[in-house]
This record gives sequence, structure tokens and C-alpha cells, in this order.
Amino acid sequence: MKPGTKLKSAVCDTEVMVIKGINIVVECGGKPMSDAPPAERSELDSAFAEGTKMGKRYVNADGSVELLCIKAGKGSLSIGGTALQIKDSKPLPSSD
Amino acid sequence: MNISLLLQMSAEAEPDRIALVCSGRRWSYDALWRAAQGAASFISQSGCQFVALLDESSEGTPIALFGAALAGIPYVPLNYRLADEDLSALLKRIAPACTIGDVTRVQRLDPEGNHTRFTRAEFVAAAEAAGGSFAEQEQLDGIAAQIFTSGTTSAPKAALLKHANLLSYILGTVEFASARPEEASLVCVPPYHIAGIAALLSSIYSMRKILLLPAFDPDSWLLLASEERATNAFLVPTMLSRIIARLDEGADADLSTLQAIAYGGGPMPAVVIERAMQLFPACGFTNAYGLTETSSTIALLGPDDHRAAYASDDPAVRARLGSVGRPLPTIELEIRDEDGRRLPAGQRGEIYVRGEQVSGEYRERKALDSDGWFPTRDAGWLDEDGFLFLAGRADDVIVRGGENISPGEIEDVLLAHPSIADAAAVAVPSTEWGEAVGIAITLKPGCTVPSENELRLLIKDRLRSSRVPERITILDTLPYNEMGKLLRREIRRLFAS
Repeated sequence: MKPGTKLKSAVCDTEVMVIKGINIVVECGGKPMSDAPPAERSELDSAFAEGTKMGKRYVNADGSVELLCIKAGKGSLSIGGTALQIKDSKPLPSSD
Repeated sequence: MNISLLLQMSAEAEPDRIALVCSGRRWSYDALWRAAQGAASFISQSGCQFVALLDESSEGTPIALFGAALAGIPYVPLNYRLADEDLSALLKRIAPACTIGDVTRVQRLDPEGNHTRFTRAEFVAAAEAAGGSFAEQEQLDGIAAQIFTSGTTSAPKAALLKHANLLSYILGTVEFASARPEEASLVCVPPYHIAGIAALLSSIYSMRKILLLPAFDPDSWLLLASEERATNAFLVPTMLSRIIARLDEGADADLSTLQAIAYGGGPMPAVVIERAMQLFPACGFTNAYGLTETSSTIALLGPDDHRAAYASDDPAVRARLGSVGRPLPTIELEIRDEDGRRLPAGQRGEIYVRGEQVSGEYRERKALDSDGWFPTRDAGWLDEDGFLFLAGRADDVIVRGGENISPGEIEDVLLAHPSIADAAAVAVPSTEWGEAVGIAITLKPGCTVPSENELRLLIKDRLRSSRVPERITILDTLPYNEMGKLLRREIRRLFAS
């Protein structure tokens, strides 16, 4: 994976686009995501079932990985079993 | 990465919601998305190197912008106000292009260019007819838009904005689908300006309905804002000033829905913004500062800052009404001296920026330094709390005997004179000092002409003797471009001739 790559969940409808991060395996619902659609859907791991929100950006603790959720789903995102967090954003007044 | 994702997400989230109102026609997100895919399918088969728009704003603008993006071909909005000779040179630099808009002019100015030509109506009809789904093409160089700078000194530079730059700006400043259903943004900046592109991208991603005005005049603006119940608008200072003038003349308009006015593109006269704040007390004002090369806004003065400055008795806080606010949290900004050293608050120098939205790249050369900083060529300074004040272009500084003089400080003093309507200070050649100050002023109707001596004394008293103009001229109007930027070079030329 590289910036711009779109990854699909193996367990739900979630789809993310990589904003930052190279060659890292991202999981959704506990299962690795892939740029190809899954042949068959796997079971959602209940420990990673909080869901994803469209338009939210997800980051790991050190900020080296950033993903944009472009399709929401039931699974939640993690890397190596550690959950990703929604990136805090301070909405700015519209300037254009 | 591809900016078409912004429209795709909105179309998937709420396909039937209205995205765009233009010349009486309403477009849903899905209709725009399908048209963009349709446009991409024939653009990608045309063999063109660029997708060029030579037209006023219309539904053709977002369709061309996103269609080009999907097809992986740079979008080039051209300034239809350019003289034939200048436009002809630009067309030759992008041949062969898929051109949309004034096709007779394209053919006349670059007959050898082998351009594919569509009138606006032909382009929109073909895009709608082709419709369907189109798989995004791999970007060769990742360039979403190529925008020619105005080029007042030499040939216009082709500023390159990558998909990654524009996406970084939008994702960093706009929350997806955050607009309430009643929100509608009146967009009237020309499509060839970066603010025109940014307005489309941010409105579409926030899902704020776009009310597109093909060409600005104050009465059409007031009519569209009233009829479509605009909640947001972006204006350049001259536009706001003309709208206020019409309202003060008693123009009939219902602007009760207007909640936010953003402005930028040139210095806002204090009298205009203060009158606007009186006329629209419920409106939030945002001043945005940005450049083509930075994917639009890099600093802004928000509604709370405006109100705090307006209400303050502290001169330093009050002065912030004339600032462009604070840098966006997603970028870094520094003021540097001529040797590239970082300057402390209060000291004037050149504005440098760094960040993912900053392209700083031209077709001809890369302007970023080795650490990724972009020298804007704008002069400015930061106050103690980080508010940025612009002080003209770095090239506009008057260097009198080694002393740097900002034209703005002289102009502010002149504009406070009751007879003076507009003022510009520029460098004039001086045998004694190398450069000295020359001023050009225009007078308010019916006012007596102030004597040269009076003006010199005014500046000497309010500033100091080095600011006193050596040359003074009175003009009918000062030269501005269509975005309200003062053309100082023309005034310098006037003094030189």
C-alpha cells in the first residue's frame, strides 16, 4: 500500500483511502484489508466492531499512518491489533 | 489520490441532494458525478494533454474539473479576459488540449494547436449523454490543475497543483458532509482563479449547495442571493464594496439568510469591512489569505477574531481587523529576512510557508527550498499573538537609501484624508536615494484638490520624513485587475514615463 491506495474490508462495507503510510497491513473488523474486493466475506471480530464513519480520518498513535474512510461499515480499524483513532480536526470557518 | 473522490463520496452519501444551482438549473450530486464520469470517458479518448476551460463559471466548470481529474489529465482554467496575444501564447503552451467554452477564439488564436473544441453546451450535453461509470485513470504526474499566474513582469508561470496538495487542503479544513440542508454558498469568483476551484471542492465535500453566478455584477449577486437564500458567500474586496454601494443606494434584496461572508484576494479597505459589519450584524466574516501555489487559503481571520477586533479599545487588537488572521493549523509559516533568517514578531520580511497543501511548483521550475519551504514573495509580519499582517509584495517595497518602506503604511495615511478616495505608493527612481516614494491618488467627487505641500506635511507628521513623497500625481482611477489587485507596475511605469 501507498498513499492513494484504496483498501477494502474483508468483513464489511468499509473502504479507506491511504493518505499516509507505506507497506503496512491495516485490519478492519480484525481481518486484513486488501486493495482487491474479498472473494468471500469473513466473520467480524466482535473486539473490532465499533464501525467506521465516512469522511473521518483514522490515525495510529505515532501519526505515521493516516486513512480516510470513504465508505462506512461495521468493522473498526486497527494495525497489528491496535485500534486506530479518529483524527481530531478543528473545523475552520469556511474561507471559500 | 484523486480529487474526484470528493464528488464521488458526496454522490454516494446523498445522491439526490442538490449540489449546484446555475442559470436556473439544479444539479444533484449524482447528476454531477455521472456527468463528470461521462466527460472523463471522452476526454481520455481525445488524446489531449490538458483540459482547458475558456469560459465563465457554469455547470461545465465542475464537470470539466472532475472529468479531467478522473481522466488523469491536468485541468487548465484560462482567463477569458486576457488579450488575444497573451491567450494565444498560453494555448500554444497546452496544445493539444480539450478546450471548452469560446471555441471560435481557440480556433482563431491557435489554429495549429490541434485542439479538440467543445462549446459549453456541447460539452455538458456530451458529458450527460456519455454518463455511466468510468474507472479513475492512473495519474502520471499527479497534477490536478495547472493555473497560469497573472505574470505582470514576464511570461505567466504555470503553477502546478497536485491532487495530493488540493486533497490535503480540503481534508485538513473541511469536515465531510458537515453542511446543514439549508446551507447554500454563492460562488462568483472566476473559474480561472484558485479561489474558484477551492470553492467548488470545499462546497462539494461539505455538501453545501453551490449557487454559481456566471459573472459578477452586484445586482445579479443580490438577486441570486435573495432568490436562492444564500447562507455563505466569498467575495473579493471590490465586489463587497460594490454590493454595499448598491445596498446603500437602496437596492431591493433579502439577505436575511446570509450567515457567513468570506473575503480575500486583495487588501480590504477598513471602511468597507466596517460598513459590511454594520450592514450584516448577524453575519460571520472571514478573511482568507492564500496563493495559487498554496492551494488557496493558508491563513484566516475568523468571525470571532473580527468581532473581538471590532469591539476592542486596544489599538493592537483593533488593528487585527486589517490582518489576515492566523496561519492554518495544518501549515507552518515564517517571516524571514533577505538572508533567509527567521524574524521575530513585529519585524517585517518575506512570508515563507510549508505544508502538504503547498505546491510551490511551476511547470518551468520548482520554487521550494531544500527543506520544502515556499517563498511567497509576499511581505508581511506577525504580531505577538501570531496574527499575520500583509505588507504588499516583496517586490513592492520601496528601498530608499537602504531603508525599507512599505507602500501600505503611506497609503493608510493618505486614505484617512477626507478628500482622497484611493491611493497608491510606489518606488520612483531617485538620483539621491536610489529609490524614493511616489504617490498616485484619486479624489472623492466634489472634493477640493489637496496641495502637494499639505500631503507631504500629512505624511511627515504621521510617519516620518523618509516616507514623504518625492513625486505626486492625481489620477481619475487607479489601475486594478479584475480580482481587485492594484497593478503597481502600471503606476511605476507612469512615473517612469
